[in-house]
Amino acid sequence: MHSAETIVVGGGMFGAAVAYGLVRDGVNTIMLDGSDGSLRAARGNFGLVWVQSKGLGLQRYADWSRESAHLWGDFAADLKDSAGIDVNHQNGGGLNILLSEEERENCRRSIDIMRQQAGADGYDCEIIERDDIQKMVPGLRVGDGVAGASFGPHDGHVNPLKLLRSLHRGFTELGGRYFPSNEVSKITHDGSAFVAESSSSRFTAPKIVLACGHGITNLAPMVGLNTPIRPQRGQVLVTERIEAIVEMALGSIRQTDEGGFMFGNSEEETGLDDGTTLPVTQNIAARAVKAFPQMENLRLVRNWGCIRILTPDKCAIYDESETMPGAYVATSHSGVTLAAVNARHISRWVATGETQPNFDHFSARRFNVPAAA
Amino acid sequence: MFRRLHEPSEQSVSIDFEGEIIIVEAGETVAAAILAAGAEYSRTTPVTGAKRLPYCMMGACFDCLVEIDGIPNRQACMVRVENGMKIRRQEGKRRLET
Amino acid sequence: MSETVDFLVIGGGPAGLAAATLADELGLSVLVLDEQFEPGGQIYRSIESVHPKTLSLLGKDYGQGAAIAAAFRKSGTAYMPGASVWRLDEDGTVAYSRDGKGATAKGRRVLVATGAMERPVPIPGWTLPGVMSAGGAQALLKSSGVVPSGRVVVAGCGPLALLVTQQLIAAGANVQALLETTRTGDYLSAARHLPKALRARSYLSKGMKMRRSIRAAGVAIHSCVEKLAAAGGDHVQSISFQRGSSQNEIEVDSLFLHFGVAPNTQITRQVGCDHEWYEAQRYWRPVRNDWGATSCEAIAIAGDGGGIDGAVAAALTGRLAALDAACQQGVIDNSERDRRATPIRAELETHNAIRPLLDALFTPPQDICAPPDDATIVCRCEEVTAGDIREAVALGAMGPNQLKSFTRCGMGPCQGRMCGLTAAELIAEANGETVKNVGYYRIRPPIKPVTLGELASMSD
Repeated sequence: MHSAETIVVGGGMFGAAVAYGLVRDGVNTIMLDGSDGSLRAARGNFGLVWVQSKGLGLQRYADWSRESAHLWGDFAADLKDSAGIDVNHQNGGGLNILLSEEERENCRRSIDIMRQQAGADGYDCEIIERDDIQKMVPGLRVGDGVAGASFGPHDGHVNPLKLLRSLHRGFTELGGRYFPSNEVSKITHDGSAFVAESSSSRFTAPKIVLACGHGITNLAPMVGLNTPIRPQRGQVLVTERIEAIVEMALGSIRQTDEGGFMFGNSEEETGLDDGTTLPVTQNIAARAVKAFPQMENLRLVRNWGCIRILTPDKCAIYDESETMPGAYVATSHSGVTLAAVNARHISRWVATGETQPNFDHFSARRFNVPAAA
Repeated sequence: MFRRLHEPSEQSVSIDFEGEIIIVEAGETVAAAILAAGAEYSRTTPVTGAKRLPYCMMGACFDCLVEIDGIPNRQACMVRVENGMKIRRQEGKRRLET
Repeated sequence: MSETVDFLVIGGGPAGLAAATLADELGLSVLVLDEQFEPGGQIYRSIESVHPKTLSLLGKDYGQGAAIAAAFRKSGTAYMPGASVWRLDEDGTVAYSRDGKGATAKGRRVLVATGAMERPVPIPGWTLPGVMSAGGAQALLKSSGVVPSGRVVVAGCGPLALLVTQQLIAAGANVQALLETTRTGDYLSAARHLPKALRARSYLSKGMKMRRSIRAAGVAIHSCVEKLAAAGGDHVQSISFQRGSSQNEIEVDSLFLHFGVAPNTQITRQVGCDHEWYEAQRYWRPVRNDWGATSCEAIAIAGDGGGIDGAVAAALTGRLAALDAACQQGVIDNSERDRRATPIRAELETHNAIRPLLDALFTPPQDICAPPDDATIVCRCEEVTAGDIREAVALGAMGPNQLKSFTRCGMGPCQGRMCGLTAAELIAEANGETVKNVGYYRIRPPIKPVTLGELASMSD
């Protein structure tokens, strides 16, 4: 039996960030992870640090995302220190390309709602025209079919592969213990500590954090938490490597620091099927070519599906169990954006109980879900 | 370092490899043609700039990537030569054509 | 334009050709998609267009491909050369690219006949210009009559290493030596298969004849060779090796490597077929029954793509798959299918008799499967070394997919064809785990690159 002060269940974007923050603060931490073929939302790998579309219906979450974006620069520097890896964080703002009048109108309406919702705090996002878009992406010719774009000054992107790797390396370098191939099947409490069981081992700690994406559905009730999440598939395309052209993140399009262009942002209700389909692949490709006609010659080299973890309002859930204190849950589909706050505020909340202002806004109780007895 | 067992037949074509005009057999692959012409390397890798020549000749290794008639990153072993074809080494990452 | 045929064949080698020819004869509608420009696949590459001078030095076995290709052409079966299949769906839909245009086709049954690849040979210096696979040297000979003009060494083990050495000598190449890694222990463990193999006498005597002719040409065959390493600056300049206690080095201008072939499982993995690990030759192959049916109902496999059995067996398994498809679609009944299959199976058994012996004799050595030197490049595309992989495993990457995420190993254009087996062996060795349990990359479409423009403008 392995013991620690805190167990983090899940080694993806959420789990690794919280675990990293914990060891950073000197907490003796174990991180448990699934196996090589496990379903991992972290492999969605789009890499956006995105603020402009977050928090419709929950202003606290809009603020939270913005705060994380602001903390991201320091977070990246810190990771470079601990893990020796530069995650190539770009924070020059982000553009969401709109390809029809209907999309533009929907966007304008969302911006209005967000502005009203934010009130005095303000909401920084505005629709810009083709000429201004062209100035922001000088290396690419903007297609005639582009109807505008929404520009968010707080947006950016990062290399998600390097992010995950640096979190893991930082975690290990700072003394954390990582146990892959230990998918947790059962969690109990023996009176003094939680006991997490996998098929091969047992782990115990007075505190346990569920940050395991879809695995939360089965585990949350075991610790007196009710965390409503549902799967949603997104398909992603990546091209061959191209010389650096675009620094700015373009919403569902971004150029990685290795050079490939990534495209995505489809939404399908397909349960846990992370396959790809020809019609969606074609649609994503068609949108890319419409936005930037030069892309028609780029070669797709890989295409995959990834299962997002969606909460009912698409905003994060952070909860501590009322019936079994010491058990926490942390989840959302924006693990990259929130890595900065997760590795600081959330790890601190778990370690010391220190909460951020209006932190209870993130509880799943906002869905009027009764806590499990 | 390669040579031909038989000189290109009446169905030979001429292609341009890095500015040099070479006579090659009609229908053979670009990879075979440039190897026969003594190419020292046909691409540099996008990661370290290392020089490479074709390795497997059957479309599996992707080490034979070259630029053909302005289109980068084409597998030379999977493309047949045509008269007047212009072949350039694939130097690192491709550029986006305007 | 999407069309549905009874029998859609991917691949134009002996398995695909023989299957298509028989399926057509049985009355099924057939379409063959071939990424090459003429029938023959790899083993019978350029069989229709090979120069007569080259044909004479390639040997009798290669010549046998002519009859298979001719029968296929005569059948008038629909044949699409230059068609690169990039996606296969479980329902039998195929997406392919041809002349810069994308299209789909559908088969009530799809036969994957995409054959094999040479297993990667990650020795130090294997990425140097001038180092190629033995099959690559052979392809140059077959398609273009192109021969290495400098000093040549062939290194490895297996029938193809012997054959290519013999062919190069016949073509007048200056072959310095054949370096074989086969050890005494391999011969001993292979010997227990000898009685069964005697049924495939012709294969055995062929091997012995090749050795004799290589030696007769004055070319040394060094066996029990270890620690192969290529060296050079911008081009390969020498190959070093150890033999017993002596360290040796031969200067070369061309180095050809071969350590056996492995099924090309890109398409069968992409569509989601089950695979099994074959320990004797350390490769993965699709799970199939004796008609070539896989775990995906509409997908069948024939030829070396289902397990390495050679060209003659490929044509035979192709025909069995055609019979099964015809039966499944009600064109012939079970008893006719079985009746026609009987002589095919008898012939198959004879040809397969040699296989256990060959597989035991030519097992790829541990240090070729899992390179000991940390500086050796494993992933040629992303230039990830054995040391990088070991470091990622120490960080907690316990499988090829987590490894890929941490190091980019397997993320290049070749999609793991050149590194997948090696990466898994290194992870297994580092973790004290079996390669079978470590697994393989998740293979995703497109199997071959396809442009966004083609995708966007494809019509169903």
